Amino acid sequence: MNFVRTKAIAKKEFKHLFRDIRMLLILLFFPVFLLGIFGYAVNFDVKNIKTTVYDSDRTELSRNFINALNSSGYFDITKFIDSDTEIRKILDKKDAQLVIVIPKNLSRDFHSNKEAKIQYLIDGVDGNTASLIQNYVTAATSSYNNKLTLIKVSKTGSKFYTPIDYQPIFWFNPELKSTKFLIPGLIVMILIVTSAVSVSLSLVREKERGTIEQVDVSPVKSGELIIGKTTPYIVLALFNAIVILVVGYILFDVEVKGSYLLLFITTSIFLFASTSLGILVSVISDSQQVAFNISTMASLLPSVILSGFIFPIDSMPWAVQIFTNLTPAKFFIEILRAIVLKGVGLQAFYLQVIYLIIFATVFLGLANLINSRKGKTS
Amino acid sequence: MNSIEVKALTKKFGSFVSVDNISFSVKKGEIFGFLGANGAGKSTTIKMLCGMLEPTSGDALVGGYSIKKESDNVKKNIGYMSQRFSLYNDLSIIENIKFFAGVYGLEGELLKERINWVLKIANLEGKENILTASLPGGIKQRLALGTAVIHQPKIVFLDEPTSGVDPISRRSFWDLINDLSAQDITVFVTTHYLEEAEFCHNIILINAGKLIAEGNPKELKTKYLKKTILEIEATPVNNVIEILKKSQYTEDVSIFGNNIHAVMNCNYSEKEQVYSMLQHVQDISVERIDEIVPTLEDVFIHLLEKDGK
Repeated sequence: MNFVRTKAIAKKEFKHLFRDIRMLLILLFFPVFLLGIFGYAVNFDVKNIKTTVYDSDRTELSRNFINALNSSGYFDITKFIDSDTEIRKILDKKDAQLVIVIPKNLSRDFHSNKEAKIQYLIDGVDGNTASLIQNYVTAATSSYNNKLTLIKVSKTGSKFYTPIDYQPIFWFNPELKSTKFLIPGLIVMILIVTSAVSVSLSLVREKERGTIEQVDVSPVKSGELIIGKTTPYIVLALFNAIVILVVGYILFDVEVKGSYLLLFITTSIFLFASTSLGILVSVISDSQQVAFNISTMASLLPSVILSGFIFPIDSMPWAVQIFTNLTPAKFFIEILRAIVLKGVGLQAFYLQVIYLIIFATVFLGLANLINSRKGKTS
Repeated sequence: MNSIEVKALTKKFGSFVSVDNISFSVKKGEIFGFLGANGAGKSTTIKMLCGMLEPTSGDALVGGYSIKKESDNVKKNIGYMSQRFSLYNDLSIIENIKFFAGVYGLEGELLKERINWVLKIANLEGKENILTASLPGGIKQRLALGTAVIHQPKIVFLDEPTSGVDPISRRSFWDLINDLSAQDITVFVTTHYLEEAEFCHNIILINAGKLIAEGNPKELKTKYLKKTILEIEATPVNNVIEILKKSQYTEDVSIFGNNIHAVMNCNYSEKEQVYSMLQHVQDISVERIDEIVPTLEDVFIHLLEKDGK
């Protein structure tokens, strides 16, 4: 490895980067833009469930129950109806996600010590949301039930207590905000796309313009060329990572709980793997267009769909779960969640780090193999 | 000692033989012309000699190093400039020069000295910060040549360096090539312009991957084309060519500007015979017929047509 040669290439690449101001601005601000979109728009939290109530009982009990639901904060009671024929219409038109039907004899049954019944109708088109609504309804009802039991028992004069009281505490993301869960995945997606695409484009551009020939004929070794050409993009990507973390902190309160040093080292290793992917793409494509298409396909799609960024890997069919191992994004997301959200150390994710190194080696090895084949035949 | 020694060099791409068993040698400090039509195998040969492409069989010593076993050493000792302009258009002149200096590992005092040298030969002193994209073609080629020899190689390969450059710039580019040769640097050059080939000390001609002629320009003209050549000025040109091609006197007929060059058959070398033949045809007026020394173009067209048959 010759330092003068490598430095010359890296310097030249930085100059290309800073000469093309438009491209530089895109590379710098695109991540912030994406973060804003994902942070605010992609939100899996279910709040303000549009609720319609059909109360045919109209007693103190039914009103109290409705108030209790309303004050839980999850339900937004927008409408009261007077007949059950309207229920269908309301659900059809998506005017409500939830309809609560209180039968006529609720209060009577309750006071005569019979089991009182309430019906919930949930719009089940979006299965995820529907099951969340169900959970909220169940929780709200059971807490109201507790209250009623308390009142009833205290009337009989005996002391009431709940046999087993449970207190769930959510670790790492106590408010259960999906943004916190999404941000590590977002960082990974942005880093892999920007580094793989920009590196493959910069290498193919030289092939397309013929300038690579002048470098091929010089004593520059392929290792020097690769390090020289990728260093500027790795630096840029690290800068991007910092920007995303800062913006994530300001806008969404995402704090790095673990070590910054570990974060830096693992990010560099991941960038090494994703630039290797870019190099592999550059070897198999002959024009910038082809390189752009292949590199976005190879980096963006798996990092969104297969990485566990949005869709949990555990709930995928086993065949698809095997495919998730094809993207380094999966492993780096696990690392980032461990460092940023949990604040744990290397012992929790050293396997993932090894996977990343394997990825880089395989990508570079393949690129080298294909390149040397080409050298002999074309 | 020879600068380049090529031995039975062959390159196949699948079943296609691009370079077919070529052998030749290039003396130190000479300007060596490497000629051939498009697709004859020139660029492939140059790429092999520069260590960019591995030969299928055969070998060559470039600056004393085998291109097969010591391509790293070959690369350190040669300069290369291709027909495609290979400087970076979005970088300034000085940035381009510094990049190539760095690629060849130049540092310190030597670096400064060589940067100034390149700026001087390209006539770009004081214009270091201009973007390369804005330079005219001729200047770009000089700059490209300067950067190609920034590390002072003993051998420089120029692959069609003057294609697409105006005649005046071409002439001054050749002055530069002569300067390099005078400094004992071997210049290996391919070109499409046969008047440029006249400037070379030695020439080889290849066709379909095979070597078909070699020697200095003077030898080529006398050795390979011993027949009389007539330069005929007559109108209408198309009719005259048709008549000449059909006649028993001529072997080859080709057009050179307003003139017609006819390679005569051995038995009929007298211009009077041609003159009287043409005179007897209606509508043809003959201005003049002269016997001429063949140009390289005559020789090459003759050789390529013979090879084609």
